[in-house]
Amino acid sequence: MITPVASGRRARERGGFRLGTGAVALLVPLLVAGIAIVLTWDSLLSVRQFGLRFWVNSTWDPVAGIFGAFPFIWGTLYSSLLALLLSTPIALGIAVFLSDLSPRPLRQPLVFLTELLAAIPSIVYGLWGIFVLVPAVRRIESLTPPWLRRLPLFEGPPLGVGLLAAGLILSVMVIPFTASVAREILKAVPANQREGAYALGATRWEAIRMALFYGRQGIMGAVMLGLGRALGETMAVTMVIGYAPRASLSLFAPQYTMAAVIANEFSEAADDLYLHALVEIGLVLFIITIVINTMSRLLIWRVGSERA
Amino acid sequence: MKNLRGLLGSALIAAAACAIPATAGAVQIDGAGATFPYPIYSKWFSEYNKVRSDVQINYQSIGSGGGIRQLTNQTVFFGATDGPMTNDQLVAAPGKILHFPMVLGGVVPIYNLPDTGADLNFIGTILADIFVGKITKWNDPAIAKDNPGATLPGSDITVVHRADGSGTSYIWCDYLAKVSPEYKAKVGVATAVNWPVGLGGKGNEGVAGLVKQTPGSIGYVELIYALQNKIPFGAVKNYDGNFVRASLESVSAAAAVAADKMPPDFRVSITNAPGKDVYPIASFTWILLYQNPKDKAKSKMMLDFMKWALSDGQKLCGDLGYAPLPANVATMVATALNSVK
Repeated sequence: MITPVASGRRARERGGFRLGTGAVALLVPLLVAGIAIVLTWDSLLSVRQFGLRFWVNSTWDPVAGIFGAFPFIWGTLYSSLLALLLSTPIALGIAVFLSDLSPRPLRQPLVFLTELLAAIPSIVYGLWGIFVLVPAVRRIESLTPPWLRRLPLFEGPPLGVGLLAAGLILSVMVIPFTASVAREILKAVPANQREGAYALGATRWEAIRMALFYGRQGIMGAVMLGLGRALGETMAVTMVIGYAPRASLSLFAPQYTMAAVIANEFSEAADDLYLHALVEIGLVLFIITIVINTMSRLLIWRVGSERA
Repeated sequence: MKNLRGLLGSALIAAAACAIPATAGAVQIDGAGATFPYPIYSKWFSEYNKVRSDVQINYQSIGSGGGIRQLTNQTVFFGATDGPMTNDQLVAAPGKILHFPMVLGGVVPIYNLPDTGADLNFIGTILADIFVGKITKWNDPAIAKDNPGATLPGSDITVVHRADGSGTSYIWCDYLAKVSPEYKAKVGVATAVNWPVGLGGKGNEGVAGLVKQTPGSIGYVELIYALQNKIPFGAVKNYDGNFVRASLESVSAAAAVAADKMPPDFRVSITNAPGKDVYPIASFTWILLYQNPKDKAKSKMMLDFMKWALSDGQKLCGDLGYAPLPANVATMVATALNSVK
């Protein structure tokens, strides 16, 4: 039997617990709102001066005081999408192998190694990029036949640094995230789904395809997690992208990203407008990240409701 | 594993021990600014602490722009910069700020051409044309004219510049803008500019690394960095028409010549200075002080340090690869310190 005293304490405890966890949960939206407010406030000069042209203008000239973010937006999106294109098939391959095909003794070590990739600091990736990846990319670029080099996609001298190197290094960094989540999703597909497929005479490949289809919502989420990682990555990309604020279709061209320009120029920006323009780049990156995350959420929800 | 953990543990303890200031009770003076003079400044601060254990100077090498900003916001006692403050920046500050040159730096062109057979000579206008993208091939007649002994390939020139805002870029641009009106109009002078061509490297090491890796490239780094890492660099034609290779002497010479026409606020560019043996791409690096700071006791200690740095301190420059101030300039700066209250 519960005495009135005890039940009162329980109610108090429950109320306190709810209040406490509620406050912690509120911290996140408050933090996001705080970031948005500070970014907007500290970029007001630039927002007023350039308005929406900031998003489409290609000139970044600290001397003349003209700032446009387009090359940086372009470089960020292009390198992230390239990374996504390269990493998704590989990550899904890893996930399928680990969940369905791998011999049992091999599984744990492989899972461990994949997740280890995610623990390597990005500056280490960056150094590896400079000393190993960039020379290798340069060799590949210089071996590209001239007729291919005439295409806009492969224009320019073989420098090594540039969009291709950035995309490659990003894809290596993204793979462990996508692969781990996709593996968890595949593991979570109910066993009776696969058993049912086998019972209907499906081959192993068909059963795996069925499992992938069953988990498509989660797998899309895994890919989007990778994209989020790629968009915000600073250090490793910064070290291999080549820093040329000129938007170009070419994979061989040195380009620039939003995170990289902030990292590079913030410390020497003494002029107010210059500083505000750099903060506005941060704001643009913030908005783009939110938009992409919202869009992917909507996409995942739509896929989810289709199934229902 | 156990050993490793023990090692880590003792390393952490050692790190913690280092973090505790050795001289408790000493007056702390905080400064922030340029990264270029950081090695010599930190050497000075630690050496000076041996002479005067009651003064501890902390310096954050966050970049010239950051130093100017922090000084303007009065979050540090002194600032340091590689490019003089602009008039607008001086007006924006809450009090009068004075510039004091402390040491000298030079910037040198480096390039990657494996089989030239000789060190290259450069003319300022040609460097400017390369950096605005007007000269694009190594065997351009303009380059070949001054390099009769070198075999120049017909390959493309890849320009490598600093990607981060930097005093090195400021000095480089300052020189090129002085010799080439087109460069001045198209690029201009600042710690970060809108480069018309080429690709960027982060820091001296980034530029040097890219140049080393990319055949047919040209870039620029600080003289100290080139000397310490034994990177070969080209000679540059000076105002008097001689090709001069950068050295501590030829950089100091640029300042010695400038002494005659030194403006009282020391905000002077000494690139392309006249003189037979002068290296043309040289500059002062300055410490910035308020003329009338609030904390008079701190100000006195800072001035004592500055006087020491301008006399005994200058002898430490050579070891670290900095060009010392010529004696006449050091005397002028020491005299000017008296105007700080």
